[in-house]
Amino acid sequence: MSARDDVLARVRAALGAPAPGPGPAAGRAAASGGTAPAGTVPREYRAHGDVAPGSAEVVEVLVDRLVDYRAHVHHAAGPADVAALVGDLLADATSVVVPAGLDEAWLGGLGDATAVVRDARDDPRTPDELDRTDAVVTAARVAIADTGTIVLDGEPDQGRRAVTLVPDVHVCVVRTDQVVQTVPEAVRLLAAHPERPQTWISGPSATSDIELSRVEGVHGPRTLHVVLIGA
Amino acid sequence: MTRTFLGLPVRRGARTLPDDVARPGGHGTSASAGRASDAFGDVPHPDAPLRWGDAFPDAARVALQNTQLRRNLAHATSTIRTKRAAVVGEVPDWEALRDAGSAIKTDVMARLPELLEELERNVVARGGVVHWARDADEANRIVADLVKAKGVDEVVKVKSMATQEIGLNEALAAEGIAAYETDLAELIVQLADDMPSHILVPAIHRNRAEIREIFLARMGDAPPDLSDVPRELAMAARAHLRRKFLSAKVAISGANFGVADTGTLTVVESEGNGRMCLTLPETLITVMGIEKVVPTYTDLEVFLQLLPRSSTGERMNPYTSLWTGVTPGDGPQEFHLVLLDNGRTDVLADEVGRAALHCIRCSACLNVCPVYERVGGHAYGSVYPGPIGAILTPQLTKASGGLSGHDDPNASLPYASTLCGACYEVCPVKIDIPSILVELRAREVDADRGRPTGWGAAMKAASFVMSDARRFRLAGKAAGLGRVVAGSKGRISTLPPPASGWTRSRDLPAPAQQTFRDWWRDRPADAPRTEGGEGR
Repeated sequence: MSARDDVLARVRAALGAPAPGPGPAAGRAAASGGTAPAGTVPREYRAHGDVAPGSAEVVEVLVDRLVDYRAHVHHAAGPADVAALVGDLLADATSVVVPAGLDEAWLGGLGDATAVVRDARDDPRTPDELDRTDAVVTAARVAIADTGTIVLDGEPDQGRRAVTLVPDVHVCVVRTDQVVQTVPEAVRLLAAHPERPQTWISGPSATSDIELSRVEGVHGPRTLHVVLIGA
Repeated sequence: MTRTFLGLPVRRGARTLPDDVARPGGHGTSASAGRASDAFGDVPHPDAPLRWGDAFPDAARVALQNTQLRRNLAHATSTIRTKRAAVVGEVPDWEALRDAGSAIKTDVMARLPELLEELERNVVARGGVVHWARDADEANRIVADLVKAKGVDEVVKVKSMATQEIGLNEALAAEGIAAYETDLAELIVQLADDMPSHILVPAIHRNRAEIREIFLARMGDAPPDLSDVPRELAMAARAHLRRKFLSAKVAISGANFGVADTGTLTVVESEGNGRMCLTLPETLITVMGIEKVVPTYTDLEVFLQLLPRSSTGERMNPYTSLWTGVTPGDGPQEFHLVLLDNGRTDVLADEVGRAALHCIRCSACLNVCPVYERVGGHAYGSVYPGPIGAILTPQLTKASGGLSGHDDPNASLPYASTLCGACYEVCPVKIDIPSILVELRAREVDADRGRPTGWGAAMKAASFVMSDARRFRLAGKAAGLGRVVAGSKGRISTLPPPASGWTRSRDLPAPAQQTFRDWWRDRPADAPRTEGGEGR
């Protein structure tokens, strides 16, 4: 019997022939919530937030959470503002990698001293090339206000997962109409394309491994700038 | 099991990375392996990741002597408890999320065969390869063969409980493959040649000063002026692992969730080491326990709310990666999923105990447990410590006597609890750990029934005495002699074995001067019924 068939047979046997009859605690365990019949999952939790996607209130919550994670938040009225901000933020960068599908207008403020490196699935930069790049600029798919999370799904304006990982500075441009309040709102939106590789980002990389105190900046980008357009 | 004591170090052959000295940038460990100054305290060296060391009562007694350990744990667990309480408190529908999480997991267990087949189908449809492993040896063999087929002798690893549980690093080392742990806490544990003591923060038993010492002695490329500021320590780890990430050909991970209806795998992490491993290498091998499957993609909306707040006490962990098979041009172009049983079907066969498989490895139960806080993770003798470990470890090792064997150290684990219930209160998927502990205790007692024990002999003797009025009266009188032992202080503090089991931690009050029967016989006939007599 193959391991596959064997494991599946064991699982079926385990479910079909419950072992040593319920002892003294069985009644309590059964009464304590963890045993809804198969197929009936109560979903009383919030599927939507109290505030509308893209509203000023929801953006305010997102900003609060991002700042709490030590991300830097900037506001832009439109593409020209974005270009100016990106130019300012990356004034010292000698090279910036951008996904091939990024809005070119956002890069107009970069100085001549900053080389722009393109990356695409059919024309990828190597990890070493990315390591020599100072920063990355991308768009985003959706942002979750309650948790301060930005989700990238690898589309051409967000790029391969590696480009937002190796460079030390990530400038992420989020439209305010992409901001939802709750996790379920974001998951249901992302469920349209579950096959896309996703990266959920909540602040710069961090660790709590030393005495459970949070330290920002480990292997991922140590600096995260979030530019909100339309705020 | 062998232990390394300060001054008497014995290194496990299998645990040590092969020939690190010859690897620039590798963990420089083996050169000075034999020196006493190299040993970081009394660290366990297990032969089996799910069963090592002494039984809990003995291991706990030793651990309680370690005041540094208790200080480190008290500090860390109180920090995380406060953070968790704050971020859970701000979620208005927390209880509804717990109910949903619990029900989804119950549903998963009931439909496990179909869900596993569905997951397999969808992973394969998206270009992944699915392997099945009955036990640790089989899983280790599969992974080692896959790595060797790629022609490499080192891999990078994302922290994973499943690979801890099967002893993958040791198995790979035996095949000449070096596995580099990249999670900061796992790195600390690996460099110190230590064992993890916490599900989430394996080095929770180490404070910053100890971590600095470990880095300086073992990392090889730690800056000589390294301080014990956590940020500096984190930067040293970043520099140390950078090259490994950029050049690794094969990565090994676990999985937090595997989505049946889409074939999507999920890893939740903080540092970016997970993203490095899941994204940069050409080949990714993921080892996942069969209980980690969830039915639908939208079920993630429940668990991605429950897990981060329960584990690190954050609204969301810094990074979550989701991938489905292979994405052409983005990330590893070869993906293997190893589905692991290793005792899980034995747990599943128990209608009460199977709820232990609902665990999402958040570690909230460890952080609130008064027993864990005082003895630490190593005393549990398993990679799964704390309350969840006390119900999971004996059941996972049930086939080899983990639950019923009176000489098996794991059989004592269900007693490693005060049954205070704090673990159940915080569990994001509402595992009723106290009830399962009571159930497992009953099983262990039942399994031991009929075997001659001191307890059994004592109960037999008591039965003999108490079933006859004359014998009982004589015994009562004999007990009065205890007053001699008690002396003028009126209590008995030390008795010879086996009664020392009681007096070691409690006093025994001196027996009354007069037995109840004597008092009843001698009481004045007109004494008011509500008062006791003088012999009371």
